[in-house]
Amino acid sequence: MFNKFTRNILLTPFLIWAGLFIFVPLIFIVWYGVTDYDGNFSLGNIGLIFERGYLDALKLSVELALISTVACLLLAYPLCLILTERQRDNTTIISLLFILPLWMNSLLSTMAWQTILEHNGIINQFMKLLDLPTFHMINTEGAIVLGMVYNFLPYMVLPLFISLSKIDRSILEAAQDLGANSWQKFFRVILPLTLPGAISGITMVFIPALTTFVISALLGGGKLLLIGNIIEQEFTFQYDWHVGCALSVILMIFIILNMLLTTAFDPMKEAGDEH
Amino acid sequence: MKFKFLALLMLSCLMFGVAGCGSTGDSGKKEQVYVYSWGDYLDPEVLKIFEQETGIHVVLDEFDTNESMYPRVAEGAVHYDVICPSDYMIQKMIGNNLLQPLDFNKLPDAKKYIGEEFFKQAETFDPGNKYAVPYCWGTVGIIYDKTKVTEPVDSWNILWDEKYKGQILMQDSARDALMIPLKLMGKSMNETDKDVLAQAQEMLKKQKPLVQAYVVDEVKEKLIGSEAAMGVVFSGEALIILQENPNMAFAVPKEGTNFWIDGWVITKDSQNVDAAHKFINFMCRPDIAVKNFDYLGYSTPNIAVKDLEENEEYKNSPIAFPSPDVYKDQETYKYLGNQMDEYYNNLWMQVKVD
Repeated sequence: MFNKFTRNILLTPFLIWAGLFIFVPLIFIVWYGVTDYDGNFSLGNIGLIFERGYLDALKLSVELALISTVACLLLAYPLCLILTERQRDNTTIISLLFILPLWMNSLLSTMAWQTILEHNGIINQFMKLLDLPTFHMINTEGAIVLGMVYNFLPYMVLPLFISLSKIDRSILEAAQDLGANSWQKFFRVILPLTLPGAISGITMVFIPALTTFVISALLGGGKLLLIGNIIEQEFTFQYDWHVGCALSVILMIFIILNMLLTTAFDPMKEAGDEH
Repeated sequence: MKFKFLALLMLSCLMFGVAGCGSTGDSGKKEQVYVYSWGDYLDPEVLKIFEQETGIHVVLDEFDTNESMYPRVAEGAVHYDVICPSDYMIQKMIGNNLLQPLDFNKLPDAKKYIGEEFFKQAETFDPGNKYAVPYCWGTVGIIYDKTKVTEPVDSWNILWDEKYKGQILMQDSARDALMIPLKLMGKSMNETDKDVLAQAQEMLKKQKPLVQAYVVDEVKEKLIGSEAAMGVVFSGEALIILQENPNMAFAVPKEGTNFWIDGWVITKDSQNVDAAHKFINFMCRPDIAVKNFDYLGYSTPNIAVKDLEENEEYKNSPIAFPSPDVYKDQETYKYLGNQMDEYYNNLWMQVKVD
């Protein structure tokens, strides 16, 4: 569409942006991560992950991020299926309802969950009113997963919804004509066709869930530390940028692993390579 | 949390060598003094009066922990004139040559109105009283809900009582957390013996299943809303909670507590030393000290405040104006050196990760 010269000019702002705000900071982080206080090269900071119980925090982070990703996936598929099968005018309202929470600051909505789940929170006051037993969810892993699912569900719904609505309805009708039942239709036709959407949804939920520190701090009561919390504390309280950066590097490795895995399973990639 | 998040943002600003917000921009014609203090730590009206009287404009920045304040000052990204850190942090800043000695000839009101016993206690972190003028002080104790806790509360031991599982709020800070088991063992809160510290850590790990949450500023809202039966709080916070929730009571455990002092100091690279002294002296003036006390509720070392205080509830409060035996012979945090600091922080981090 553009000749080479205009293309380069149009690309320049992005390259400057990427260089200044992506590559330079990345180099800083890696540099801090592999040096000690005196600026000497050392892998000691990265080795710290095996001490101090940080590995447990990393394990817990991966675990909770996986659980919330699966939960988002299980919630989003039926919802998107229903949305696409409905009339168009209804879907705008329902999808708007899903995007709406994104307009509100996620910190605020997480704080709202805190007041909802507290021992004297909204749910428990309601339960007491009805003389029902109160429940205790705040400051548990369950509360953190709930916070993650609430915050990140829209990021699963949107790509899934888009890829589902792109499916030509005649393909589904053909599947039914040829005798596929609903389950077969879903697993043999819809699932493979929406896999790219699901994969980008998984990435968009898994990565923020893995790195969050706000949700776990607010809903975990400071008792459950995820790797994001430890990095945050290394920077703000311990004032140890070397350890903080080393942990960030390790976290980045996990994120890159996740992206490699998801692209490996992406069927569209092969199709793209043929061009 | 919001503040922690902000602090993180600011740190990332520093990383790229960008001077943060409220820095020494174009000062214009007007004389300015840059003050860096705890969040919500002085009555905003006081700043207006200061500006009216002296013509010096106060630029106020706020921090939420000593630890988040320190790197900003140490890195020199922003030049502040006057800061209000706590005891051990003042000692650390003196040691790292970040402060300058005060000229007490320019601080007549500090000499006149700040109680002698507070200057004496301040010598633990500022020998010879060269660098700091005490601004607020207090103790740490247990605030508890009288409807849920009927036994007398006079010992830190109650925080290990299985009966109150899930009903206990603890401070999320290495020094404040470890202070409690250290005091229970009859040790100093400035302990440096690693075996003793390991024992203290073990006690905190044992306590963890009983703890509802490790909190910082949220402790006030949680206790006002009766979210827990008891919590470890600073005396100033206790006063606020008691006002909002009459079911609560505050006790300073018999094993001893932290007698903390926050003080005004002037930075080494202050651009306006004169205005900085004027500001500190102004803060010691009785009419101003009363305004700040009314706004804050933290105990003041200013001996003229009690007589000027009009609010009877405050005036007669044993928390705001405790009798000397509450703070007599109590310890104050000392700066234990970088390595020991890190050691304390790691001990605490491991309790939380556990």
